[in-house]
Amino acid sequence: MLATADWQALWLTLKLASVVTVILLLIGTPLAWWLARSEGWWKAPLDAVVALPLVLPPSVLGFYLLVAMGPDGPLGQVAAALGLPPLVFTFEGLVVASVVYSLPFMVQPLQNAFESIGRRPLEVAATLRASPLDAFFHVVVPLAWSGYLTAMALTFAHTVGEFGVVLMIGGNLPGETQVASLRVFDHVEALAYADANRLAAVLLGFSFAMLLLVHVLRPGRGARG
Amino acid sequence: MSCDRDGALVAETGELHIRLQLRRPNFSLAVDLCLPGTGVTALFGPSGCGKTTLLRCIAGLEPEASGFVRINGETWQDTGYRMPVHRRPLGYVFQEASLFPHLTVEGNLRFGLRRLRAADEKRLEQVVALLDIAALRQRRPQALSGGERQRVAIARALVLDPRLLLLDEPLAALDRARKREILPYLERLHRELAIPVLYVTHAMDEVACLADHLAIMEAGRVRAVGPVGEVLARLDVAGGAGDEAEVVVDGVVAAHDTAYHLSQIEFSGGRFTLPLVEAEPGTPVRVVVRARDVSIALQPPRDTSILNCFAACIEAIRLVDAAQVLLRLDVQGVPLLARITRKSLDRLGLVPGMAVYAQVKAEALAE
Repeated sequence: MLATADWQALWLTLKLASVVTVILLLIGTPLAWWLARSEGWWKAPLDAVVALPLVLPPSVLGFYLLVAMGPDGPLGQVAAALGLPPLVFTFEGLVVASVVYSLPFMVQPLQNAFESIGRRPLEVAATLRASPLDAFFHVVVPLAWSGYLTAMALTFAHTVGEFGVVLMIGGNLPGETQVASLRVFDHVEALAYADANRLAAVLLGFSFAMLLLVHVLRPGRGARG
Repeated sequence: MSCDRDGALVAETGELHIRLQLRRPNFSLAVDLCLPGTGVTALFGPSGCGKTTLLRCIAGLEPEASGFVRINGETWQDTGYRMPVHRRPLGYVFQEASLFPHLTVEGNLRFGLRRLRAADEKRLEQVVALLDIAALRQRRPQALSGGERQRVAIARALVLDPRLLLLDEPLAALDRARKREILPYLERLHRELAIPVLYVTHAMDEVACLADHLAIMEAGRVRAVGPVGEVLARLDVAGGAGDEAEVVVDGVVAAHDTAYHLSQIEFSGGRFTLPLVEAEPGTPVRVVVRARDVSIALQPPRDTSILNCFAACIEAIRLVDAAQVLLRLDVQGVPLLARITRKSLDRLGLVPGMAVYAQVKAEALAE
């Protein structure tokens, strides 16, 4: 059915989306919490910065990231100073770029969930002897479960669906940076429509299954009071 | 840090000393309170007077509040020191029950218990019995009525065996029937547990039912504080209470008259005759006397339907409005209030110091 290179592209896509989702979970949680709780004048510009990847053309974002991650760019120099491999045209580079590109898909649902929970449950937890961290993990996280589910699904799916940014940063190297969306494009360019169709169908089925799963797992109406 | 009432440093322990300031754009709180370390103290006042804010400051929920909080010998806050909320041995019941929706009633009750160093199963069972919530333990908060939720919230706070219980209008969100459902539990709690309670409310009936002490707040300040019988009888306080002006008198059931379905309640100024109180002789009861239910006579009245009549002395008179005045009476040391018309005042020629007879319609509060 699928060629080895197709399987390779799919595997790479899943690996990239998983790694990015885990990293964004770790970065996005404190960032969303902080945005949900702060009231300063800098909240509005920060909200806008977080949302930027939603509206920027992927090629624009990809271009800036390429420059930043290149040997003379700030990110590239940091990587070099730390003795890390170069970021451009590598899997690591794809991860960094995808983290930036998918940031709002993790932060915004979490921020909404945290804001709708409000301060009260935390105050209650504090009067019941829970330290702030304890209260976060045992009250906020369970109450924000639905927000977490949405955030993770959207982040994962959005990373799977990336095209422009991964093309700019990764360079479409088979087995190294060629993710499934790029592979479909290659098939189409080579006029191999049957191959394109098979891989595209796999992606379509996968995306549908994941959204279905989110709907099934999400707590039903009335389960939160 | 001496207390301004009751003299100097007599009781460094066994009391609540609260001196707090909080400044907000349209509101400032400045309070210096010294309260007894036992019993229920009601914080009473109109909405917006800062009583809830004061309660939150005491709990440590308002980080900008500065000052001093010392609870029965333990300092919770002082200059340069704030005990984190989760370390304070308090129980807090919010106006809305605020149960955790992701946990069952049992899970809610155990949330704090699990975080104590020595979880006390026996205590949990006692509190569950006290608030009569055993049948609800496996339910979700969403499946409870408003009154049940509030009972669970009170139990959840009590399970921790707090040194101070803070109740923020626990009945305000409930309708009259639900309120009547919970009040008996609060009275029971008051009788059976020795925890000092700060009780925020704007409902006079709750004050009359539950409070031993009363602090009246207005615009972020404490206007009057003291034993509930004394504070309610202050003319400056009662003058602002309008139709609700009343006093409470603590007494004990002396005897029952089963033929007429009446009870005699003895207090330090005499005896009240009231509709039958369902309690054994010797049981303490609280009697509410509304100012509008007290009338004045110069002679001991005869041939009257009013059963309660006491010899009294007028202590002070205060004009309420163009038509009415409030009299403060002394019945052998027990203060009563009478609201009469200005016309009657002039007709009877009432002045402070005069000996009169007070005819009283009184009502016992169910214990």
